[in-house]
Amino acid sequence: MTLSVVYAILFYAATLLLVVGVARKVIIYARTPAPLKIPVTPAPTTKAGVVWRMTKEVTVFQSLFKACKWTWLFGWMFHVALALVLFRHLRYFQEPVWAVVALMQPFGQYAGFAMLAGLLGLWARRFLVDRVRYISSLSDHLMLALLVAIGLSGLAIKYLAHTDIVALKTWMLGLMYFDLQPLPSDIFVLLHLGLVIVLMVIFPISKLLHVPGLFFMPTRNQVDNPREVRHTAGWTAK
Amino acid sequence: MAAKFDTPELFKNIEIIDTPKYEVNSMVHSSPYPAKAQHNEKLGFPGKLVDNWEEKAVTRLGELVDGSRALRTFLDSCVKCGACADKCHYYLGTKDPKNMPVARQDLLRSIYRRYYTFAGKHFPKLVGARDMDKSVLDEWYSYFHQCSQCRRCSVFCPYGIDTAEISMAARDIMDTVGHGQKYCNEILGKLQTVGNNLGLPEKALINTLENLEEEVEEDTGVAVKYPVDVKGADVLLIVPSADFFAEPHIDGLIGYGKVFHQAGISWTLSSYASEAANFSMFIGSGDNLKKVAQRIRDAAEELGVKRIIVGECGHAWRVAYSFWNTLVGPFDFLDPNYPAPQHIVEFTYDLIQRGALNLDKEANDHRRITFHDSCNVARASRMGNIPGGQFILPRALITASANHFFDMSPETIHENTFCCGGGGGLLTDDLMEIRIKGAMPRMQALKQVVDEHGVNSMVAICAICKAQFSKALPAYQFPMDMITSLHQVVGDAIQLGTKT
Repeated sequence: MTLSVVYAILFYAATLLLVVGVARKVIIYARTPAPLKIPVTPAPTTKAGVVWRMTKEVTVFQSLFKACKWTWLFGWMFHVALALVLFRHLRYFQEPVWAVVALMQPFGQYAGFAMLAGLLGLWARRFLVDRVRYISSLSDHLMLALLVAIGLSGLAIKYLAHTDIVALKTWMLGLMYFDLQPLPSDIFVLLHLGLVIVLMVIFPISKLLHVPGLFFMPTRNQVDNPREVRHTAGWTAK
Repeated sequence: MAAKFDTPELFKNIEIIDTPKYEVNSMVHSSPYPAKAQHNEKLGFPGKLVDNWEEKAVTRLGELVDGSRALRTFLDSCVKCGACADKCHYYLGTKDPKNMPVARQDLLRSIYRRYYTFAGKHFPKLVGARDMDKSVLDEWYSYFHQCSQCRRCSVFCPYGIDTAEISMAARDIMDTVGHGQKYCNEILGKLQTVGNNLGLPEKALINTLENLEEEVEEDTGVAVKYPVDVKGADVLLIVPSADFFAEPHIDGLIGYGKVFHQAGISWTLSSYASEAANFSMFIGSGDNLKKVAQRIRDAAEELGVKRIIVGECGHAWRVAYSFWNTLVGPFDFLDPNYPAPQHIVEFTYDLIQRGALNLDKEANDHRRITFHDSCNVARASRMGNIPGGQFILPRALITASANHFFDMSPETIHENTFCCGGGGGLLTDDLMEIRIKGAMPRMQALKQVVDEHGVNSMVAICAICKAQFSKALPAYQFPMDMITSLHQVVGDAIQLGTKT
C-alpha cells in the first residue's frame, strides 16, 4: 500500500505540474503580442484558409514532408501511433469503456510497435546523419530514451510479464475519484507509470512545448491581409 | 578581412544540390566591420560596447521575448529535427555547421535557455545552455551576419520557426549594447539625414534624372519624363536609390518611366523620400523601421498624390506590403480604388490586362530569360489578390514582353527560391566571401538552365539581388550583364509613340 500512496502522490503532483505548466505557457503565448504581420507566404488570405493550413500542418506535417521524407516518415509514424496509443489508454480511465475506445483497442495495440519504430528511426538519424548528430544535445537523446523506455515498458506489460490489469485500472479509477486502491507492484508497471510521471513533469519545461507552441506561431497562423486590414499589437499599437 | 578564398565549384548536370558534410568553424573568420560610434549614435544606440553589456544584452533579450510572440514560441519550440539543416544557402555554400538554421538559432537559444528557462537555469549542460560572454558575442556578430533573413528555412520547418526573426533579434541586442554593424547602421544614418541610402542630395538627384531624360530621348526619340517633387501627380513612385545610378538597376528605372509614359499616368519621385529600402528591418529596429516608413507617408501627403507605388526592391516590398499599414497607416488620404501600397509589377500587370501598353515581344528576342524570385517578395509578401501572385505576376510581365522564358528547377523557385547571397544587410565588400559562397545554390540552378536552354538573362526584381549578382555571376564564370531588371525587359518591349 505504501507504493500505491507514493505513486498516487507523484501522479497528482505530475498532473498538477503538467496542467498548470502548460496552461501557464499557453496564457503567456496568447498574451505576448505579435506586433507585425509576418506570415510566411504564400499564405491564406482568409481565416478559413489559415485553419486549413494549420490543419494540414498538424495532421499530416505538410512542411516536414516537403523538407525531409525520412524525418517525416518516422516523425509522423511516431505521432500518429502515439495518438492511437493514448486513445487506447482511455479505457483505463473510464467505466464503462466507450464503444469507440473498445473498437480501437486492437489498432492501439499495434500502434505501440509503430510508435517504437518511429522513435528508433528518429533516434537513428541523430547518430547516422552527420548534421543531425551535430545539432543534437544530450537532452534530445534523453527525450528519445524516455519515450522509448515508456513504449518498451508498456509493451512488456502486455506481452512479456502480464500484470493484473483489472487491479491496475481499479487503482487508476480510484486515483480519479480520490478513493485509493492497491497498486499492482509489477516491475514494468512501476517503471511504465514512473516514466510517464517524468514525461508529464518535463513537458512544460522542455522542447515538448512545440505542442502548444505550434498553434501560436505568427508565421503560420496569420492571415495574409496586411493591406486590407490594419494590424497593430504590442509596440505597433502604441 | 578580404582574404583569398575559393569560390565553390559548380557541377555539370545535377538536378538537386548536394548537401555537404559539415566542416566545423569553416566560416568563423567572417565578420563585418563594426559600426563607428557616430553611426550607432545617429540611430539611438550607444557608440561603443557599454559597461556590463552582458547583463544589458540578457535584459534586452527578455524585453524582446516579452514583446514578440514569434520570438517566444520560436525559442521554446524547436525540437532539433534537422528539417531546416540543409535548406540554408550559406550552409550549402560554406559547410560551416553553424550556418545550419537550427544551429544559428541555437546561438541565441542557448542564452535564452540559460537566463529564461527552468531547465537552462538549473541544468545548463543538459539542454545546451550557456552564459553570455565575449565569445558568445563574437560568435553572434559573426554568424548573425551570415544570415540573409531570407526565410527559406521557415518554409520547411514543421512549426514555421523563422530564423530571420531570431537574427533580427540578435542584431537588435548587439545594437542595444553598442556593437552594431557598419554597413547597415551607416546607411540608415544617411537615409535619415539625406533621404536615401546613397547619401545622394536633392540637387544631384535632379541632375541625374535630367541626364536620364536626355539619354532616353536620344535612344528612343521620345521625351519620356522622370519627374521629381511634382505636386498633384497621381502617383508617388518609391524606388531603391540604386535605381538612380547602378547597373542594371537604372535600366529598370528607365522602364518604369516608359510604362508611365505610355499609360499617360502622371507620376513623381520624391527627393525627401528617395529611398524604398529600409534596412531597419535587417537590424530588427522597430523605432527606425517606423521612422523611415514615416518619411514616405509624409512625402505622399505633402505631394498630394493619389497612389503610392513601390519599385523593384525585395525587402522594401516586404516592409511596404506587410508593415506600412501597421506602422504608418491607415492610408486613407489615397484613392480608395487602389490598395496601398502597390508594387510596380502589379501596376504594369494591370495596364497590360487593360491593353494600355503596346508590347513588341520580338524586341527581346535576343534574350533567353529566367526569373530569380527574390526572397522577401516570395516568402514575405504578395502581389495581386491571390496567394502566390508574387510568382505569377512578374512572370506574366516577362512572357508578355519576351518570347523566350525558362524557369529554373522547381525546388529553387517560388517559395523554395534560393537567396542571391547578399540580402539582409550583407551586401558589403567586407562580407564578400560569405556572399559568393552563399550564391552557390542559385548559381547551380542557373547553370542548369544555361546548359539546357541557353539562358543568357536572369531577371530580378530586387536592388540587392541585382547588385549581388553583378559580383556573384563573374565569380562563377557567368557574364556579369546576365542580371537584368524586369522593367528593362518590359521597357525594351514597349513601343513608344504608338499610344496617344
